[in-house]
Amino acid sequence: MATTLQPPQTGQEVEQELHPHNGNGGGGGLRGLVPESGDLRAVAEPSGSPTRTGIWVALSAIAMSFAALTSALYVREGAATDWHHIVLPSILWFNTLALAASSITLEVARHRIGAFMRGEETRRSVPTLWLNATMLLGLIFVAGQYLAWLKLRSQGLYLPTNPNSSFFYLFTGVHAAHVLGGLGGLTRVMVKFRSSSNPLRRSTLDATSYYWHFMGVLWMYLLFILWLKL
Amino acid sequence: MSEATAHAAHQAPTSFIRKHVFSLDHKVIGLQYYALALVAVFTGMVLSWIMRIHLVWPNSPIPGLQWLSKVGAPGGVVTPEYYLSLMTMHGTLMVFFVLTNAPFAAFGNYFLPIQIGAEDMAFPRFNMMSFWTTFIAFCFLITAFFVPDGPPLSGWTAYAPLSAVGKDSGPGEGLGQTLWALSIFTFCIASLLGSLNFIATTLDLRTKGMTLARMPICTWAWFITSCIALLAFAVLMPACLLLFLDRVAGTSFFIPSGLNVSDHLQPHQGGSPLLWQHLFWFFGHPEVYIAILPAIGIVSHILINSMRKPLLSHKVVIYCMMAIGFLSYMVWGHHMFLSGMNPFSALVFSFPTLMITIPATIMTLIWLGSLYGSNLRINTPSLFCLGFISMFVSGGVSGFFLAQPSIDIYLHATYFVVGHFHMVMGVAAIFGIFAGTYFWFPKMTGRMMSEKLGKLHFILTFIGTYCIFMPFHYLGLAGNVRRYSAFTDDFLVPLIPVHKFITYSALFTGAVQLIFIFNLIYSRFKGEPAPPNPWEATSLEWSTPSSPPPFDNFGGKHPVVYHDPYQYGVKSSTGDYLMQTSPERAGETP
Repeated sequence: MATTLQPPQTGQEVEQELHPHNGNGGGGGLRGLVPESGDLRAVAEPSGSPTRTGIWVALSAIAMSFAALTSALYVREGAATDWHHIVLPSILWFNTLALAASSITLEVARHRIGAFMRGEETRRSVPTLWLNATMLLGLIFVAGQYLAWLKLRSQGLYLPTNPNSSFFYLFTGVHAAHVLGGLGGLTRVMVKFRSSSNPLRRSTLDATSYYWHFMGVLWMYLLFILWLKL
Repeated sequence: MSEATAHAAHQAPTSFIRKHVFSLDHKVIGLQYYALALVAVFTGMVLSWIMRIHLVWPNSPIPGLQWLSKVGAPGGVVTPEYYLSLMTMHGTLMVFFVLTNAPFAAFGNYFLPIQIGAEDMAFPRFNMMSFWTTFIAFCFLITAFFVPDGPPLSGWTAYAPLSAVGKDSGPGEGLGQTLWALSIFTFCIASLLGSLNFIATTLDLRTKGMTLARMPICTWAWFITSCIALLAFAVLMPACLLLFLDRVAGTSFFIPSGLNVSDHLQPHQGGSPLLWQHLFWFFGHPEVYIAILPAIGIVSHILINSMRKPLLSHKVVIYCMMAIGFLSYMVWGHHMFLSGMNPFSALVFSFPTLMITIPATIMTLIWLGSLYGSNLRINTPSLFCLGFISMFVSGGVSGFFLAQPSIDIYLHATYFVVGHFHMVMGVAAIFGIFAGTYFWFPKMTGRMMSEKLGKLHFILTFIGTYCIFMPFHYLGLAGNVRRYSAFTDDFLVPLIPVHKFITYSALFTGAVQLIFIFNLIYSRFKGEPAPPNPWEATSLEWSTPSSPPPFDNFGGKHPVVYHDPYQYGVKSSTGDYLMQTSPERAGETP
C-alpha cells in the first residue's frame, strides 16, 4: 500500500513535514518503522518493507546460483566417461530430519515472538527457548554434514577423486555455507530480541525465517538431485 | 525511543572516515564508484595503447614497460604472451570495472534514490559493503600485474581449459589467473549486493505519488538492469567457483581427459570445456545489456530534457528495455556458433538474437522520431546523447551480420567482432557516461562544467572513436584475426597501414580525454556556480534544497510527486516545463 499512492489533490501542501508516523507515504527511508514511544509492541510497518523484499530478491539469486550448479552437473554428466556412482552417507537422512525439525521450531518461535509483540505473551524465555532449539538443530545439521564428508573421505573419495564426489562436496559445501549464514542471521535475531536499544523488527524476523525455510527446501532439492544423479 | 536514535544510521557523519571513506551515504558511494571507474578506464586505455603501439611497431621498446614486467616485456618490447595478458586485463577492467560500474553502480547509486524521493538506499550498509567489495576485487585484479609471471592471458572470457590447467598453459596462467578468478568471484558478490539494494529501494522507498509509471526512464533502466544483474552474476559466481576448484583443488569440471599442454599430460579427466562457455555466456550476454541499458536510460532522460518535449512514447522505451532484458537470457549461444555445437542449436540461438534487434530498433526509431522537428538545445550532454545514438546504430547494424551463423563462421574471432562490440556497448556506453557526467555534474558538485571544453571534447572524441572502430570492421572483413600480436600471414601485410591509422587515432582519442579530465577538475573548483535547476529539468533530483544534495537528500522533508516525469512543452508558471513536485496543472501546449 505504501508505495503506490495516488497523488494528493492539487492545492494540498507541496511537501509534507517529516513525521515519524508518515510511513504510509512510502517513507523514503527507514523512518516510520519505529514509533516515537519506542514500544516494540506498537511497531507498525508499511506493507512494502525493504527487508522482506530484499530477502525474496536474495533468495531468487541463491536459487539462480543453484540452478546454474545443477545445470553444470547435468552438462558434466553428459560429457563424462568417468561417472562413478557413490553411495550417499546414510547420516544425510538424519541431517534432513534435523533441518526439517529446525524449520518447525523456528515457526513456533516466530509465532511466540508475534504473541510477545502483541502483548499476549509476557515471558521472553519461551520464544528464546524455541530459537535456541532452532540454533541447536541447525548446528546439528552442519555437524552432520561434516560427518558425511568424513564418511566419504574414509572411503577414499576426495573433492577431485571423480565428478560425483566433486559435485557432492560442492553442493553440500555451498549449501552448508549458506546454512552457516542463516545461523548468523538467527544469532542476530536472538541478540536483537534481547536488546532494548536496538529491538527486533518483525520484518527482520520474517526475513530470517524465510531464509531458513528456504535453506530447508533447497536442501531437499539438492538431496533429491544427489540421490538421483550420484 | 526518540526519533533521533531510530535514525542513528541516518545521521550525517562528522568524521572524515565515515564521511568520505566508509560512508553510508549513497551519493558518496556513487562518487566512489565513479572514481574507481575513472582509474579503471584510464588503466584500461593505457593497456590498449601499449597493444596498439606493439601491433604497428613490434620491435620498438616502449619506455617504462620493462619496469612493469621484466619477463613480459624484456627491454620494453612486448612478448606475444604479454600481449595477451594486456588484452585480458584491458577487457576485464573495461567490462567489469568501467562498463558495469560507471553507468549502473555510480550513477545509479547517486541518482536512483533521489529520483524516487528516498533519503538513501534501502540497505545503506550493504551499499557500502558492495563498493568496498568491488574495490577488493579491483585490487585482486591489479595485483596480477605484480606477481612474478604477470597477468592471465585467457581473455576477459577466460575460456577453459586454457584458464583452468594452470602454469602449463603459459605465463600468467599460474597465480595471475587464480587472482583473476578470485577478483571476478568477489566482483559478483559486490554486484549481487548492489542489485539487491537497487531492487528493494525502487520497490519500497518511493515517495508519495511516485508510482512505478512516474519513475524517470533512467530509474527504470537501473531497476531493469539490477534485475538482469541479479540473475546473471548469480550464474557467474558459481562458474568462477568451479574454475577456482579446477585450478587449485584438482577437480575436473572444465578440463577434458588426456589433455596435453606444453608436453605435460594434465592430471584431469572427463571435464567439459563447453560447460565453462555455457555458464560464462549465460552471464556474458546479459552483461552486455547491464552495460548498455543504463546508458540507454540516461541518454533518453537527457535527450527528452534537451528536446523540451516528451518522447513519442516513453513507456514503449521502458517496455523495450524489459524485452531486451528478457531476451538477453536466451541468446548466449550466439557467442558459441563455432564451438562445435549442433547447427540446429545455432539456429535456435540465432532467432532470439535477431529478435533483440526489434526492441533495439523501436527505441532508436523513437529517439529519432522524437528528435524530428524538436527544438533541440545543443549543449554538451545532448551532443553526447546524439553521439550515443550514432554509435549505437553504427555498432548495432554489424550485429545483424554476426547474429547469423553462416556469416559468423567467416567473421567469428576477427576484428569485425572487435569493432562491433566496442562501438555498440563500449563507446556507446562511454558516451552515455559522458552525457550523464556533463548533465549531472552541477547536481553533484554545485558547479557547471565548461561548455566550450565539453563541446571540443565531444567533437574530437566522436571523430576519434569512429576513426578507431570503423576500420576494425574492414580489417575483419579482410580476414584479420583478433588477438594476434603480429601479422604472421602475407595477406595481412597490406593491412598494416590501416592498423597504423587505428593506432594514431587511438593515441589521439586517448589524449583528447585529458580535456575531459581537466574540465572535471577545473570545473570542480573553479567552475561557474550552478543554478538550482540549470537544465530546466523536471525530475526529483533538481528539487533538492542544495547542490550537492544534503545528507538526507531533501532536507528533512519528503517530496510529493504530482506528475509523470516528462512534463515538457507545456505552459506553466516556470516556463515550458512542470517539475514532478509542482502541484500546478499543466496548461495547453504552447
